[in-house]
Amino acid sequence: MDTVFGIPGGSVLPLYHELAVASIRHILTRHEQAAAHAADGYARASGKPGVCIATSGPGATNLVTGIANAYMDSIPIIAITGQVSVAMIGRDSFQEADITGITLPVTKANYLVKNIRDLAVTIHEAFHVAATGRPGPVLIDVPKDITTQRAAFHYPPRLHLPGYRSRVEPHALQVAQAAAAIQAATKPLLFIGGGVITSGAHEEVRQLAEEQDIPVVMSMMGKGAFPEQHPLFIGMVGMHGTAAANYAICETDLIIGVGVRFDDRVTGKIEAFAPKAKIIHIDIDAAEIGKVVAAHIPIVADARQALQALLAKLPGKMERPAWRQQIKRWQEENPLRYEQCGLKPQYVIEELYHLTGGRAIISTDVGQHQMWAVQYYPLERPRAFLSSCGLGTMGFGVPAAMGAAIARPGETVVAISGDGSFQMNIQELATLSHYRIPVKIVLLNNGYLGMVRQWQEFFFDRRYAYSEMAGNPDFVKVAEAYRVPGRRVTTREEVVPALQEALETEGPFLLDVLIDREENVFPMVPPGGTLNKMVTGGRQE
Amino acid sequence: MKRTLSVLVENRPGVLTRVAGLFSRRGYNIDSLAVGRTENPSISRMTIVVDGDEQIIEQVSKQLNKLIDVIKLSDITDDPHVGRELVLIKVNAEPAVRGEIMQIVDIFRARIVDIARNSLIIEATGDADKIDAIENSLRPFGIREVVRTGKIAMLRGAKTRGMEASGDGAGE
Ligand SMILES: Cc1ncc(C[n+]2csc(CCOP(=O)(O)OP(=O)(O)O)c2C)c(N)n1
Ligand SMILES: [Mg+2]
Repeated sequence: MDTVFGIPGGSVLPLYHELAVASIRHILTRHEQAAAHAADGYARASGKPGVCIATSGPGATNLVTGIANAYMDSIPIIAITGQVSVAMIGRDSFQEADITGITLPVTKANYLVKNIRDLAVTIHEAFHVAATGRPGPVLIDVPKDITTQRAAFHYPPRLHLPGYRSRVEPHALQVAQAAAAIQAATKPLLFIGGGVITSGAHEEVRQLAEEQDIPVVMSMMGKGAFPEQHPLFIGMVGMHGTAAANYAICETDLIIGVGVRFDDRVTGKIEAFAPKAKIIHIDIDAAEIGKVVAAHIPIVADARQALQALLAKLPGKMERPAWRQQIKRWQEENPLRYEQCGLKPQYVIEELYHLTGGRAIISTDVGQHQMWAVQYYPLERPRAFLSSCGLGTMGFGVPAAMGAAIARPGETVVAISGDGSFQMNIQELATLSHYRIPVKIVLLNNGYLGMVRQWQEFFFDRRYAYSEMAGNPDFVKVAEAYRVPGRRVTTREEVVPALQEALETEGPFLLDVLIDREENVFPMVPPGGTLNKMVTGGRQE
Repeated sequence: MKRTLSVLVENRPGVLTRVAGLFSRRGYNIDSLAVGRTENPSISRMTIVVDGDEQIIEQVSKQLNKLIDVIKLSDITDDPHVGRELVLIKVNAEPAVRGEIMQIVDIFRARIVDIARNSLIIEATGDADKIDAIENSLRPFGIREVVRTGKIAMLRGAKTRGMEASGDGAGE
């Protein structure tokens, strides 16, 4: 941890007083929510916990969305909040908010430090808890007077956490059963999620897939955990997954779920999910097993360890040509496609892919552009795709990209955003400008809350209730006002040169791309629908 | 299906809120919850009676186990155990009916712990069935107030639900 993100205020003034002379870099964001998302992006991109700081009351409550976001995606962040002095707590003091109470359901753990002697050990414990096991956000609430006292530094090397077990060994018997099930299966399918990235199990996944000839599908959290250009890769499953991936789920006889939680956006109608399959479910969180789908073979363990144990039980190679061919046919019959006219968002992302050689770190906001980013920017490596998957938080993309750019200097970081989402943290242009953080914003501007408009088109009689963004500003001018260079793109021909300019310009850059306004995301499984019943494109449906 | 969970927790601030909050947040039905400290003052025991099908009970147990303050959880429903609730019942008791009430108190091996001119306080302990029964027997006299604890429970025999911890920092 070398950088923290935050905004000062009354109750953290003593803390900031010291921070100013400490060897830790502090990035002043323009909203605490952005500080939390930046810490989140930092953690996703680096694998290390991200840290954000806010003052008591409104500063702390402004962090809540970012904390909830990290909780849903199991991202390790540490939120340090100021609190009113110990004696003032509980009196509705100025800028008092019960932030440990407020964040109870969205933190892995939280602490109110009432004694200076507990401070160091609490921080130690917080980092340990946030980063180990199934990671998650941890909040430390520190009353102002605690930060003005002095105490001997008490930092026990060993934590006392009798109720917390961060390491779980895979159960040998269950591993053996899983191995036998894989050998017996004719149509097995690896279904990988965020847990693979967290545990660094991508190499093991690849080895298992290749040696046992098992095709791979992913949740959005799993993007980058398996090379998407690999012949065994089928795509994302679920609502906006690829047709082939969804068909594969419906046909497979064995799902090997690794670090996935079977979210409803993935499963569709749960009774109809993978009707022919046995399920091996590998997860470090025992509570995930059986929460949504019943697992025939549960393995509670770190994904990497579990896969290593599984690989040891599976010597030799396997070939499953019939299953592979079946999948290939689905892929050929149902490729991702869009019309080659106008200014299509998919085209913009494809060109971005080519110009960056697929090596950019991509963050997204939430909406149609997010799905297009998943579909048209295939990744080869983990920790290069940052998206608010579980909570679906508009406003995540730009601050998360900031965090990633700081965690991974020298890499190209692109925030693919929408005109709605961008305006939820548009003030972060100031942070980008202030620190010259080299985030390239590609704004896929359709003048709509596009995903909302798409649902209204399909499920609400095209009554576009409050989904048009009529008051949008000239985003290039807004960027320029913050001294962030920008360019507007209105035709297909301008896309490549504009992307080139953005990528070649040092520091931050904003591209405002006026895309076809009513472009839709396909395929689409209607909410609560069965995965093999997809709407696959064209306005006629 | 009612299950009795015996849960050892660290005696830290907020632990009760955490446990109770988990139930409401995830939509589980809590029947009763009793909490008090154990022979080790830094550890408390909660006895929780939950209502739900097998899948719900499994989820409740797993989610509770996940809480960092929860050291150990056991479902003791099917183990031989002593389960007790305590009730205080304030009942109308005109002198004319006192004899009858005393008989009921005797039958249930309850006790009278307070006498006023027109009412008595009766204290009874037992399992939920017995407490329900005494409450029903006293109802015809007019119950003014009932204060009832949740169930507490202990395994029969020499076995204990020990505190051998397996978490981080233990035995490292
Ligand atoms: C904070 C927040 N508020 C509301 C929503 C509901 N929502 C989901 S997608 C969406 C539209 C996003 O619009 P935009 O950012 O322009 O992306 P587009 O779909 O047009 O690509 C909305 C409002 C949300 N996900 N998050
Ligand atoms: Mg839009």
